[in-house]
Amino acid sequence: MIYLDANATDILRPEARAALLDAADLGGNASSIHAAGRSARRVLDQARAAVKARLNAGAAEIVFTSGGTEADALAIHALGRGRRVIIGATEHDAVRAAAKGAEILPVDGNGVADLDALRRLLEGPPALVCLMLANNETGTLQPVAAAARLCWAAGAFLFVDAAQVPGRMAVDVSAIGAHALAISGHKLGAVPGVGALLLEPGIAPLPLLAGGGQERGWRGGTHALPAIAALGAACTVPPSNLAPLRDALEAGLPPEAVIIARDVPRLPNTACLALPGVSAQVQVINLDLAGIAVSAGAACSSGKVTRSHVLDAMGLTDLSPCAIRVSLPWNATAADVSAFHSAYRQMARRLCHSAA
Amino acid sequence: MPPRDNTPRRIVVAMSGGVDSSVTAALLHEQGHEVIGVTLQLYDHGAAIGRKGACCAGEDIHDARRVADRIGIAHYVIDAEQRFRAAVIQPFADSYAAGQTPVPCITCNQTVKFTDLIQLAADLGADALATGHYVQRFDGPEGAELHRAVDPSRDQSWFMFATTKAQLERCLFPLGGYTSKDQVRAEAERLGLVVAKKPDSQDICFVPAGSYADVVAKFRPDALEPGEIVDRAGVVLGRHEGIARYTIGQAKRLGAAQSGETRRVVIGLDPLTRRVVVDTAPPDSATIRLRDVNWLTAPRDLACAVKLRSGEEPRPARIFLENGGVRVELDAPTRAAAGQACVFYDAARVLGGGFIAAAPQDSN
Repeated sequence: MIYLDANATDILRPEARAALLDAADLGGNASSIHAAGRSARRVLDQARAAVKARLNAGAAEIVFTSGGTEADALAIHALGRGRRVIIGATEHDAVRAAAKGAEILPVDGNGVADLDALRRLLEGPPALVCLMLANNETGTLQPVAAAARLCWAAGAFLFVDAAQVPGRMAVDVSAIGAHALAISGHKLGAVPGVGALLLEPGIAPLPLLAGGGQERGWRGGTHALPAIAALGAACTVPPSNLAPLRDALEAGLPPEAVIIARDVPRLPNTACLALPGVSAQVQVINLDLAGIAVSAGAACSSGKVTRSHVLDAMGLTDLSPCAIRVSLPWNATAADVSAFHSAYRQMARRLCHSAA
Repeated sequence: MPPRDNTPRRIVVAMSGGVDSSVTAALLHEQGHEVIGVTLQLYDHGAAIGRKGACCAGEDIHDARRVADRIGIAHYVIDAEQRFRAAVIQPFADSYAAGQTPVPCITCNQTVKFTDLIQLAADLGADALATGHYVQRFDGPEGAELHRAVDPSRDQSWFMFATTKAQLERCLFPLGGYTSKDQVRAEAERLGLVVAKKPDSQDICFVPAGSYADVVAKFRPDALEPGEIVDRAGVVLGRHEGIARYTIGQAKRLGAAQSGETRRVVIGLDPLTRRVVVDTAPPDSATIRLRDVNWLTAPRDLACAVKLRSGEEPRPARIFLENGGVRVELDAPTRAAAGQACVFYDAARVLGGGFIAAAPQDSN
C-alpha cells in the first residue's frame, strides 16, 4: 500500500518511535519526588524544550494534551471565557464543535480568510478569534500574522490551530503573535494521543480537566510520558521539503483534474484534487482498491463520508462532493508519486468518459 | 448446494449487516473472487429511532463491517441518505397521499439497489453485483432470467420484478439455491460469521417502530388530514384521521361506519375529496390495469400465473398488451390495491410485472 494520507495521520518517525519505547521502558510518574519520578520529569522537560525550540516559542507556556482536539477545546474554553468567539469558515471540526454558535469569518475561493471581514467582525465587544494556520483538506495557509495584528489592535485574542503545520514546514510562533497555538503529535511523525497547546505567558489557567493540577493547573492527569517523549523527539527532526514532490504530483495529472487552491501559499505536502462529476467516495475506493490511500471530506465513525464544509465555504459547491485530498507523508518518494499517477489516470479513464 | 462460479472476478456485494448478505460475501470470497463489501447508509438511524445524539449509523452497519473484517475483504459505507429519501421515502409518502398502497422495498430495489449499486460496481471496475436476495438467476435463450428461490418460504422474486434485464445480466444471487434459511445460517456458522444467529429483519427498514403513518405525516402531512367515510352513494357514515391510514380491503379503523350488522370494507380512497369509500361487498375485481411494467421476456399477450401479494400462491390469469400498458384478466376476481405489484410467473420464472394502477372506480 502507498500511504498518501499524512494529514489524517503521518507516518511514525524512527526518532519518535525510539523515544516512545525508551520512555515506556523508563516508567515513573513525572509528578513523583523520588528518583524514578525525577528521571520521568527529565524526559518531560526535554520534550517541552524540544517543542519550544522547534516552534521558536520563546517564553510561551506549553501544555501537553491528549491531542489537537483537546488543545483546541482547551484554548477555546480558556480564552473564550466572557468573549464573543469568531472562527474561520474552514476550521476543523475540533474547533467548530468547541465553538458552537460562533460568528463565522468568511474565506475566498482559495480558502483564504477575508481580513476586511475580520476587521468588521472585531468591532464590538472583546472577541476570541480562531484561525487555523493551514487547512487540513486544501493545505491553504491563513494570514495569521496579519490577523494577529488586527486582533491585538482590537483587544481580541487569537488562537491558531496549527495541527497540520510543524511536521511539514517551519513554524515561528514568535513571528505569528498569537495568544495560543495548538499542535498535534501524530501530524508531526509522533503518535496519536498527544498534542500541545502553546500559550502566551500570564493567562490564568482554566482547565477542562482539573485533576491533580498537572501542567501548572492547565491540564490534570498523569503525563502520557511515552507519547510526550515521542512528540519531543519528532520536534528535533526538521521537516522534509515535500513541495517538489507535491508539485510533480500535480503536474502529472490528467486534464480532467482540477487542483483546488493552487494559486495561494499552501502546505507543501497537500494537494486537493477534484474530478468534476465523480463522487469523491468512488474515487477514494478506486484508489484504495489500487493500493493507494487518500481521503475525502470527513469520515464519520461508521466510515460514511460526509460532504466537505471546507470546499462549500470556499464557494466550490459543485466540486465539493468530487474532491479528494492527497497528503504526502514525510518519507514520500518519487516512486509513490508515479504509482499515484498511474492509479489516478486509470481511475479517470474509467470514470470520466461519460462526462465527455 | 448452488453451483460454483470458478472464474475469479471482482464482485461488489451489497452487505446489510444481516446473515444473508454476510454469507453471500463470505461464499464468494471463499470461491476465490475479489469481493468488495458495500453497505448503504440509507437513513439517519439515530433520528429514525428518535434518540437524539445517537450515531447516524445503526448497529447493522457495524455488523457488516465486522463481518467484512472477519472475511478479510475491503468494505465501504456509502452515504445514500439523500438518494433514498428522494427515491424511496418521498414516493412512499406520496403514494399513500394519492390513496394508494406502496411497496417501498420494490422501489428501493429498483433505484438505490439495482440501479445505483450496479453503477457503483461498474465505477469500481467490478463485473457483477451480488446480493443476499432469495431469488435465482439463470441464463436462458433470452439472456438472464429471474426465477423464484428454491425455498418457497424465502422467495423474494415478487419484490424483484422491476429489476431490468440489463441489470439482471450483472447480478448474482448465491443464496437462491439454498433449500432453507437454516442451511444459510449453518453456512454462516461454518464461515465463522458473528451474525449467524442474528434475527431476520422485519417490516420496512425506515419505519423502525412499525408506524408508517408517522413517516407519511412527516413527508405528506396532507395525507393525514381528517375526512369523511362514505358509502358508494356518498352517504356519510363516519369520519377518519387521514386516507393514508387505509388500504383497499381494510375493515379496521372504520369507527362508526363499521358499527352496523353488516361488515364493511374500504373499496376506494379519494385524495381530492379525502374520502374513504366503504361497501359491504368486497372490492374484488377480475380486471387490473398495470403501470410501469417491466418485462423480463419479449412483451406479449400471455396466459400465465400472477401474484398480487408477496405471500400468496400465484393465481391463473391472462395478460394483454393494451395502449402501451398491460391489462390483467384474473380467472377469479380478487382484491387489488393500487400501488401494489402484480408479478407474472411461468412456473418458477418471473416474466415481468407492473404496479397496479388506480382503477377508475377507486376515485369515485
